[in-house]
Amino acid sequence: MREVLDDIERWRAAGHRVAIARVVGVDGSAPRDPGATMAVNDAGEVAGSVSGGCVEGAVVTEALAVLDGEHERGVVTFGYSDDEAFAVGLTCGGTVHLFVEPLDW
Amino acid sequence: MSAIYETLRDALRAEAAVALATVVEGPAIGAKLLVRPGVPPVGSLGDPDLDRVVARDALGELESGLTSTRHYGRHGEARASEVAVFIESFAPLPRMIIFGAVDFTAALARAGKLLGYRVTVCDARAVFATPQRFPTADEVVNDWPERYLAKVGEELGPRDAVCVLTHDHKFDIPALVAALGTAAGYLGAMGSRRTHEDRVRRLREAGVDDRGLERIMAPIGLDIGARTPEETAIAICAEIIALRTGHAAPSLRDASGPIHG
Repeated sequence: MREVLDDIERWRAAGHRVAIARVVGVDGSAPRDPGATMAVNDAGEVAGSVSGGCVEGAVVTEALAVLDGEHERGVVTFGYSDDEAFAVGLTCGGTVHLFVEPLDW
Repeated sequence: MSAIYETLRDALRAEAAVALATVVEGPAIGAKLLVRPGVPPVGSLGDPDLDRVVARDALGELESGLTSTRHYGRHGEARASEVAVFIESFAPLPRMIIFGAVDFTAALARAGKLLGYRVTVCDARAVFATPQRFPTADEVVNDWPERYLAKVGEELGPRDAVCVLTHDHKFDIPALVAALGTAAGYLGAMGSRRTHEDRVRRLREAGVDDRGLERIMAPIGLDIGARTPEETAIAICAEIIALRTGHAAPSLRDASGPIHG
């Protein structure tokens, strides 16, 4: 959160809506620990990261879906044992659980 | 809206200790409680009993700098899992205190910032201890090491590092004796093996016992053949990491032979 604060502030000042995705749990080998945070604004701009670059693209898609109201806020899981819906793997073989929500609090 | 985010933002900017609890599974998904030591929590997770239990747990996690997801019943019951709460701790940055405003100090201050430390450079010589010489340091203090540690030593804990680079017994003996009186997790001192032998003798005269001497990493840094100030800074930071994680990495202290390559 700390590392994306400046970007969030800039986006909010410019009137953007913002979603944040935070790692809330990992199984096995994962590149980032719980707390790693990515922020996405409604123009698709991105700050921060939640993995070594493996799942960021999918997280942007999910964050924008949450901002647009297509998806509810909630936990999404990326990793080795994924079903088709989130067939985005981590190269290190671990699993990462992310909580994605609009910054409306 | 925004009250919790803005309180969190202000606390982070002030580098104050703060924990954010978020319901990530359960009836009040997304609900938040912001917890700070000594201040009533802000927000709610949807149930007063759950709030009370999570606030207590969050303060505990904050103290040890932990971030994790915990499970509770709807009213905060233990051994239930209807509600998953992600508790994110934002502990103040760990500190790196560097004694000695020498040329190695500037490189170590940069490397310390890279690792996320709040870096303090302290030297008793006003002509050397200037912010202009150490632009990346968070603060440059013009004081005697033991006087400075008498002021801040009590705040130091296992996440903090003290590096003595003074190369001068007049400064480094009192600095090391004072640093040994703190709970800092890393304590290193620069100097050749011969310098350190002499330093050990002086430290013993100052009343430091074997356990104290065992805490001091000297010559400072891992045995990677570092030559330049920048390489030495990397060797020091790598030793700090290895000591914290308990991984076997070759410290100069435990080797013999030349330090520089």
